[in-house]
Amino acid sequence: MRKNGSNPNEQATAFLNARLVDPASGKDEPGGLLVKGGVIADLGGHLRRNAPEGAKVVDGKGHVLCPGLVDMQVFTGEPGQEHRETLKTASHAAAAGGVTTIVVMPDTEPVIDQVALVDFIQRRARDNAVVNVHVMAAVTRGLKGQDMTELGLLQRAGAIAFTNGKTSVGNTRVMRNVLLYAKDFGALIAHHTEDPHLTDGTVMNAGEVATRLGLPGVHKAAETIVLERDVRLVEITGGRYHAATLSCAESLAVIRAAKARKLPVTCGVSVNHLTLNENDIAAYRTFFRLKPPLRSEDDRTAMVRGLAAGDIDVIVSSHDPQDTDVKRHPFAEAADGAIGLETLLAAALRLYHNREIGLMPLLRAMTINPARLLGLPSGRLEKGAPADLILVDLGQPWVVDKAQLKARSKNSPFDESKMQGRVLTTMVAGNTVYQYAGGERS
Amino acid sequence: MTIPLANGSFVRRHLLTCEELSAGEINALLDLADKAADGNRQIIKKRDVLRGRTLINLFFEASTRTQSSFELAGKRLGADVMNMNVSTSSVSKGETLIDTAMTLNAMRPDILVVRHHAAGAVELLAQKVDCCVINAGDGAHQHPTQALLDALTIRRAKGRIAGLTVAICGDIMHSRVARSNINVLNTMGARVRIVAPSTLLPPEAHRLGAEPFTDMMKGLDDVDIVMMLRLQKERMQGSYVPSTREYFHFFGLDHEKLARAKPDALIMHPGPMNRGVEIASTIADHSRSVIRDQVEMGVAVRMAVLEAMARQLPNH
Repeated sequence: MRKNGSNPNEQATAFLNARLVDPASGKDEPGGLLVKGGVIADLGGHLRRNAPEGAKVVDGKGHVLCPGLVDMQVFTGEPGQEHRETLKTASHAAAAGGVTTIVVMPDTEPVIDQVALVDFIQRRARDNAVVNVHVMAAVTRGLKGQDMTELGLLQRAGAIAFTNGKTSVGNTRVMRNVLLYAKDFGALIAHHTEDPHLTDGTVMNAGEVATRLGLPGVHKAAETIVLERDVRLVEITGGRYHAATLSCAESLAVIRAAKARKLPVTCGVSVNHLTLNENDIAAYRTFFRLKPPLRSEDDRTAMVRGLAAGDIDVIVSSHDPQDTDVKRHPFAEAADGAIGLETLLAAALRLYHNREIGLMPLLRAMTINPARLLGLPSGRLEKGAPADLILVDLGQPWVVDKAQLKARSKNSPFDESKMQGRVLTTMVAGNTVYQYAGGERS
Repeated sequence: MTIPLANGSFVRRHLLTCEELSAGEINALLDLADKAADGNRQIIKKRDVLRGRTLINLFFEASTRTQSSFELAGKRLGADVMNMNVSTSSVSKGETLIDTAMTLNAMRPDILVVRHHAAGAVELLAQKVDCCVINAGDGAHQHPTQALLDALTIRRAKGRIAGLTVAICGDIMHSRVARSNINVLNTMGARVRIVAPSTLLPPEAHRLGAEPFTDMMKGLDDVDIVMMLRLQKERMQGSYVPSTREYFHFFGLDHEKLARAKPDALIMHPGPMNRGVEIASTIADHSRSVIRDQVEMGVAVRMAVLEAMARQLPNH
């Protein structure tokens, strides 16, 4: 559900002297942008120095002004685990990270598998969240992988896509029927790809590191097996399919082949799998225990190349707040997941600063690509588009300090990490929801 | 199997499927059934076309209306009718279908009316017996007398079948009624649409001569006949369809969807109906509903089929 724009009679805001970066059109040029009534009223070189009369002026100081990020995989604890994260705290974390739209996952208590629960999230988000919040509903009841949910009615209630959360639908027949049924509604199925039987009991990627650490690992084929199966099912059903978070080179080969055959297949990657690898686990650091698990450095670089080549459509934070009660355990007994909303952009910018990928393809995967996939009007700089914007200082150095993070849980794999690139202003539907105040270590 | 005559009288030993029936054969049966329908409205309904003949209703699957309809049809034509519900007898004792058939054959019936839960079972049985066999429904394959009674109902209400557009809506995948109707309606020159969620549409259905729709509003646009099918409860709990609520919302016949059909469109249902699942209760009782006529025409059509078959019996 989109946040309401401000009153059209309200004062306009003019960003002057900015570097307009629009991944939708590919434009990267100096200019200005005028916001009125919650939407982008005008933009371009002619607004670089001169604001219309009466507009509130923001000096961009030459920094990047681009669409706010769209993060299509965010776990919260609401309802049921509010001590980990609420829609409100997640939305403040998002705003601080330059994320103006979050898609929340149905892995809650209870699971979001009914119309009334979609409605609940939307009402809670409307009243408490500062960014746009959309619901991805469960595709099977209770995420148990057996009985299909009311996809049609859930979609009418506002569910933007469907997922089986952190698990794959193991039953091939159920998955086939889900894709077939979803096709009638044009619904997108975003699927986690890990064979449940191969994954059972494992805690990290199988390989040298797992062997040294004495931890049970899962071979990356567990991911590719499900992905290959799903692509076959897409072929016979025609359902829209999105592999939510891929992690290895072999999976990208499957995606490339599927796209070459013009199948309605897309895929995503979490920022963690673009910037970290299994060696980061080092001495059993549980904040690096993720789902899918961190892979080898070769896989990480393959994912970055896949992103640059356009094989990967979307980057997500896979923000997954876990409290110390489930993280301060021996590695094999700890929970999966890491928070990431506030570090999504900064972590992704590491790739840009390291010259692993250009700014435009990087931003595309966090703005216009997910927006198009989900049918959202945001993620682009154009007249009439929602004024979901971020002003970013690409060069600003800072150090992640968990004490300063807005997320309620502090399980960040980037704690104490040096970052370069800071969100200065975040605007949602024309309202400023975050303003950088400085004061942290750099 | 006998070659049907060009002028279209029905001369077959068995009635197993609608796939091969010609328009002439169908018209001949419907003409006979028309007369039977008129006769059924008289005080004296009984005739003696089947006097001395034995008809066995062999039902391997529970049925109320088809079985009683055949029973009544047989009795009105003067046959001795025996009902065997095999679902509760020898099959549970392990007897194979063919052994059951041979046993019954030894009792020398003239006509066997068979329903079985497995597609092809009735044809298999027909190969093993000496009498006439009528398929009263085999799995998701065929239910010829249902399609014929539907055709008769349409012909009597509309005066014709050719040129009409018929939308068959619901669980096409598992429906023998749909398959038989697609055959008969196509043969008679109607345009057939099938309307269902993709999970309930059989693959390549268009090859059978039916245009598939997954949007019921579009599927009912301008149709002359809306033919609803029953959706079994066990298929609406998440495997093919998420819930009865969702099914009714998108595929149940209500006033909004019916408004897309022609103003004089007929509403049909082979029964038994799930009110509030595939059809709104008020629609089932609508003035344009011919659901009860279908039941009446059922007896007439079955009499016509039995009568046509009696003519093929030895010593006729």
